[in-house]
This record gives sequence, C-alpha cells and structure tokens, in this order.
Amino acid sequence: MTEDRKQSPLMDDRLDDAELERHLLQSWQTPGGIWKALATVDHKTIARRYIVTAFVFLILGGLLAVAMRIQLAQPEARILDPDRYNQIFTMHGSTMMFLFAVPVMEAMAIYLVPLMVGTRNIAFPRLNAFSYWIILAGGLLLWISFALDAAPDVGWFAYVPLSGPEYGSGKRADIWAQMITFTELSALAVAVEIVVTVFKQRAPGMSLDRIPLLVWSMLVMAFIVIMAMPAIMFASSTLILDRLVETQFYNPAAGGDALLWQHVFWFFGHPEVYIIFLPAAGMVSTIVATFSRRAIFGYLPLVMAFIATGILAFGLWVHHMFVVGLPRLGESFFTASSMAIAVPAGIQVFCWLATLWLGRPVFATPLLFVIGFIVTFVIGGLTGVMVASVPFDTQVHDTYFVVAHFHYVLVGGAVFPLLGAIYYWFPKMTGRMMSERLGRWAFGLIFLGFNLTFFPMHILGLLGMPRRVYTYQPDLPWGGLNLFISLSALLLVSGFLVFFIDVLRAWRSGLPAGPNPWKAATLEWATSSPPPAYNFRRIPVVDACDPLWMHPEELAVTAGLRVDRRELIVSSVVEALPEARESSPRDSIWPFWAAIATSIMLIGSIFTPWAVVWGAIPVAVTLIGWFWPKGTAEDAS
Amino acid sequence: MKERAALDVSKLPLHGMGAASPAWWGTCGFMLIEGSAFALAIAIYFYLFSIAPNWPIDAPVPDLSPGSVLTLLLLASIVPNILVSRWAKARALAKVRIGLIVMSLLEAAPLAPRIFEFPAMHVSWDENAYGSIVWTLLGLHTAHVITDLIDTLVLTCLMFTRYGDNTRRYGDVEDNCLYWNFVIVAWLPLYVCIYWVPRL
Repeated sequence: MTEDRKQSPLMDDRLDDAELERHLLQSWQTPGGIWKALATVDHKTIARRYIVTAFVFLILGGLLAVAMRIQLAQPEARILDPDRYNQIFTMHGSTMMFLFAVPVMEAMAIYLVPLMVGTRNIAFPRLNAFSYWIILAGGLLLWISFALDAAPDVGWFAYVPLSGPEYGSGKRADIWAQMITFTELSALAVAVEIVVTVFKQRAPGMSLDRIPLLVWSMLVMAFIVIMAMPAIMFASSTLILDRLVETQFYNPAAGGDALLWQHVFWFFGHPEVYIIFLPAAGMVSTIVATFSRRAIFGYLPLVMAFIATGILAFGLWVHHMFVVGLPRLGESFFTASSMAIAVPAGIQVFCWLATLWLGRPVFATPLLFVIGFIVTFVIGGLTGVMVASVPFDTQVHDTYFVVAHFHYVLVGGAVFPLLGAIYYWFPKMTGRMMSERLGRWAFGLIFLGFNLTFFPMHILGLLGMPRRVYTYQPDLPWGGLNLFISLSALLLVSGFLVFFIDVLRAWRSGLPAGPNPWKAATLEWATSSPPPAYNFRRIPVVDACDPLWMHPEELAVTAGLRVDRRELIVSSVVEALPEARESSPRDSIWPFWAAIATSIMLIGSIFTPWAVVWGAIPVAVTLIGWFWPKGTAEDAS
Repeated sequence: MKERAALDVSKLPLHGMGAASPAWWGTCGFMLIEGSAFALAIAIYFYLFSIAPNWPIDAPVPDLSPGSVLTLLLLASIVPNILVSRWAKARALAKVRIGLIVMSLLEAAPLAPRIFEFPAMHVSWDENAYGSIVWTLLGLHTAHVITDLIDTLVLTCLMFTRYGDNTRRYGDVEDNCLYWNFVIVAWLPLYVCIYWVPRL
C-alpha cells in the first residue's frame, strides 16, 4: 500500500458501510434540477426513460390498431378515409417495430445488463444518454408529422416505387426514412455499449460460462444490431438520395432496381425479428429458472441456440420475397434455411419445458406470461414453418394469414415475455411489488383477447382477405369474422388497461419489495430495490452461474476501489480477470446538445442536401465539447 | 446480505491500454458497424453490376490517375501512422506531438486527389444507377477520411495542452491510429471495385 494509497485516501476498504455509501452517492448521484436531469448518464435513469417512452409509443401504436379494427368491424365503413387508413397502418407498424419493440428490448438491456454483470454503469454512458435523446427525436418527428396529416403512408417497409420519387409525393416517405435513421443510430449506439459492457465490465470471476442467460441473449442481439442495422441505414439514406438529389438506385429505367430495396430492407428486416425475439428468450430463460426454483436446464445448449439463431437470422431474408420471382435455387435455399431456424427455436423451447418439468414451478404472474408465450410462440412458429414453403406462401402472401403469423411471433414471442419481465423486474426498478391479483387478470385478458383477435385472422387470410385494405364489400364472406376480431380486440385492450392500471398503482403505492422478492439467483438481486446510483456498494466477485443461490447468506466482494471518483472494474473477455480500476464518465450536458445538433441536421436533410454540410458543423462542435477533457478525477490515469 | 472482501483490486492500474481499455473495444465496435456498411455498399455495387447489360452504364471507364494517387498517399501514411501508435504506447510525448502534426497533413493530403476522383468517373450521380453507386462509395469513404482527419486535428491540439501527457490520451492516439488504418484498409476493396472491376 504505497504512494498511490497516500495520495488517494478515499478507498472503499477504509470506510464502514454507511460512510462508504455516503461517499459513493456523492460521486455517483445526479443532483436535482432540470439541467442536471438532462445531463444524467445513470444507466438506470436512462433505461427508465427509454422504457416509459417505449410504452407510450406502444399505447399510441395500440390506439391506431383500435382505429383500424373499428374501421374494419363492418363492410363499407366510412370512419376512416383510405388516405388516413394508409397513414395509420404505416404508423402502427413503424411505431411498434422501431419506436416500441427494439427500443424497449434495448432499454431492458440498458437497465439490467450492468446490474446482472455486477458493474456500476454501462460502458460509454454518455453515448447512452445521446442514444435516448436521438430516439426521442425520431419518435417526435414521426408523430408530429402524423398530427399534421403528413405521416408516411407507404407501409412499414416502404417498398419502392411506391415510396420513390415517382409515386411518393410530398415529404411523407422522407419522414419515414429519416425516422429510421434516428432509431437505427440510437440502436447501434446502444449495441456497442452492450457489447463492451458484457465483454469488459463483468464482475471478477464471471467467466463466459457464468454469464446470466439474459445477458447472453442481449449480447447476441447487440451483434445482430451491429451487423443488420447498417443495411437499413443504407436503405433509408439511398431512398432519401433518390428522392432528394435524384440518384437512381431504385429506378429500373436508369439501371436501378426496385427489388434491390426489398433485398436491402429484408437483409435488415428479418434479423430485426430476432433482435426483438432474442432478448425475450433471455427474459424467458431467467423467469423460468427463478420460478422453477432450479438452475436452468441446458445452459450451454441455450447459449448455443442463441448464437445459432443470431447467425441463421442473416440467411432468411429472401423468404419475405418469395412472390417476386426469384431463381428457383435461391427460393429452395431460403426455404431450407427458414426451416432450419426452427431447430435452435425448438432447443430453446425444450430446455424451458425441461426446467419447468424438473423444478417446482411457482405460477406467479411472470411465469404465467411465459407459459402464454410458449403456447403462442409455438403456434406462430408452426405457421412460420408453413409460410417458409414457397407454394403455400404464394397462396397466403399479403393476406391476413401473414398478419396473424407475425403477430403471433412478435406479440406472442416478444410482448408476452416482456410483460412477464416487467412484472418480474418492476420490484427491482421501483422498489415496489405489482399486484398478483391484477397481474392474473391482465394475463388472462391479454392472452384470451390476443388469441381471439389474431387466431381468426389465419382463417380470414385463407378466405382471401388481403392486408392493408381500408374496407371490403358486404358480399365478401369476411364480415362476421371481422366483427368478431374487432370485438375481441376490445378484450385485448382491456387486458392492457388492467396492466397499465397495475403499473401506475404499484408505482405509487405498491408493497415494498425488498432486495430479492423472488429469491432469484442473479446479481441484480444482490443490491437494494431500486438500486442506488452506484449499483453496488462493493463490486461482487463471482464463482458460480447462480451466485445468490450458491451463497445465499454472503456476497464475496472486491476491496480497493476509489470512492472520490466514479470507478469500476474492467476485466478480461473470457475469464473476467480484473485488469484495471477504470473510471466511468461523469454527467454531461454535451450528449443532449449533440443530439439536438444531430436532429437538426437529419431533419434538415429531408429538405435540402446542404443541411448535411452545414449541419455537420454544430455536430462536430458538440462532439468536441463532449470529448474534451474537463480535468476531473475521472480523467486521471 | 453480508459482504466478505474476497479480492483486493487496489493495485490495479487506473486505466488499461489496448484490449484492456473499453475505448479500444468501442472503436472496434464502430469499425465493425462501418465495415458492415462498406461491405454492404460493395455488395450493392456488384448487384447493380450483375443486372446491368453493360458496365459501366453509359459511361467510359473511370480515369485511373486520381484514384491511384490517392491510394498511394493512403498507403504511404501507414508507416508514420504505425510509428505514432508505437510512440503513444511508449508515452513519448514530443514524438507523439510531431507525429500527430505529420499525420494531420498526411490525412488531409488524400482529399486533394479525391476532389478529382469525382469528375474522373465521367458520370454524374443522377444519370444512372452506376453513377449513383460510385458517387456513394466515394462519398462514404470521404466522410470517413474527413471524420478521422477532424479527430486527428482535435487530438493534436489536445496533446499540446496540459491534458496531453495522460495514459488515456495515449490510448486515444492509439485508437485513432487504429481507426486510420481501418480507413485505409476499407478503401482498398473500394478502389478495386471503382477502378478495376469496370476494366474486367
């Protein structure tokens, strides 16, 4: 204990618990006040903002769905005109995919990954703050344009030539494309943070085979984002270029190709499904283990299945394009790969079932949602195998059968686990319990409402009803089913209503949760609920996959970190051997300004290409302000 | 829960270099993102090539000289770039300062031939899809050159301030050198695509 020790007296091993907590709060807590709130880089605060924002977009997107169901409840309805209907289904899909599903999954990672790997903040916390402001700006851009009756009307995948300069008049398609740029920029930033947090900030001893499954799933998701999202940014940028400065990427008359758009879009679009599904699979694995009261069955096969899903995700995109007339060999290949992905999916389902079978399951609300997920996702998976076959797909393409299929996969595969995860981690995030009674009602109504709403759509599709029609004639045999679906949708809505009431009620006056209400095994339950700004008083040391089950009474921790600055442990990738006492950046307002500058540049470039040139200057200035050292203790080395 | 001190970390360094630094991994992450974008852009180039009856579409093959000069300039900057990285690793402040000034000039230099590359395509971005993709490839790479140039200029200024002599800054310099190598390596397949594929 040498020089260093004398110069920096504030080491955690010299302080008792109360003193240590006081000093840590001083270093880590964001003080009150609006400007301070804008400057915070606490991953938990930012994740909470992300989650609340994503759920607001879920409500908005859900209301649009209700509007569509009211319109379709009877033939020849005149509640929505065709143009408004086009905007609404485009807004519904875009909002749900880009402003709800992906951000909410990443938000769960932002909240949970640092806690589960036992560190004090996410890697690159300022980038994290930036990513939130960016996605908020993208969401506002889309929804303000909807309020001004100028929302995109080209479907959530904006096929050319409909979205191109020839048919897509006004700025509607540009707003869609630039909303994509915002959301993908934000998603890519978060993906890098997750990868680096998982690789470099794991608690000492948390070797690769001791990483919680949720963290594994988020890691694979982050890599899919990194590989897939550049495609959609390229697509949205070239679409804007075609529309703004007359490049010819998608114009067949000048050597371009409309199908190119579909290739690039779906090269992103199919992995997107797994970007949403894999985090859900991680949540399911966690919940199943906790409520079965035993370690997960098949940890290694599950991790392998996550990785295999991540790789296969890139070999499936053409199955969205079976009816455009591609070479036979290509179609056969993509049929085979689409069926192959059922193998890792099957492995996962069987591992979860085995865990339940071998354990002593406690059917609390989170586990109910997981059971609902398994049932729904298996049905969605089966129809997925059906549409993977080209002759079948040719029949049902662009019908309500496909609408039913992907809602089973996305709502069943991701929203059910997510709601289970909210019930599961709400106590950690707020320190309060949600209600079991309301939770069971919410689950029952949502599960029943969902199946009654979407199962009949399979039949409607087989009866030939195309998707994206604003109305249908009375002599077509679709009226009865449509009315049934619309009424069932009310059941689904009431389920969500119960869920949101429960959330608000619990937030205000739920019973205190305590650190580990579910007696779970992973590190986030080793700290108080909600966790303090610094997450852990002392950073844990891990020697097992389920640390809190192996040592329920005692937590092994590190000693020797400074408390006068934000400090955490950087460890090696494979074995998590400690390498450095790295600092973590302080709060900063610069990410907020950088996001404002970036937003002005991106929105300006909808109207003029010069916005990119002039807009880049404030972006550069804010980035320099962001990275310029401020001489704080965190900069010392 | 009771805590038991199991590991003393007080002797660890306050900042790791290379693979022990989160910033290094972050740089790798962003290179992977941008590498994916370059790979995709090249795939789109070949896709458009594969559906066109003639390639280039309605244009002569591009002039070789500006692009080749740029390629040589980029390649020539590799050795000084690696030297700067080594000096940073050795924390040789004076050498790093000089090296960064030299690298700022060497990174600005390719922008001169780049200006002549666009007209050397003999096609405008809005004439046909061939023009669109080659201008996009050049534009994408130019954006990377300019980004790294600004980064290098800011780092150069920084190394002359009191914040310069700091392990973190030396790490930043190394990461910046790594990124410039990426900008060079990413150019080579683009160069082959833009200038040599049409000559096949």
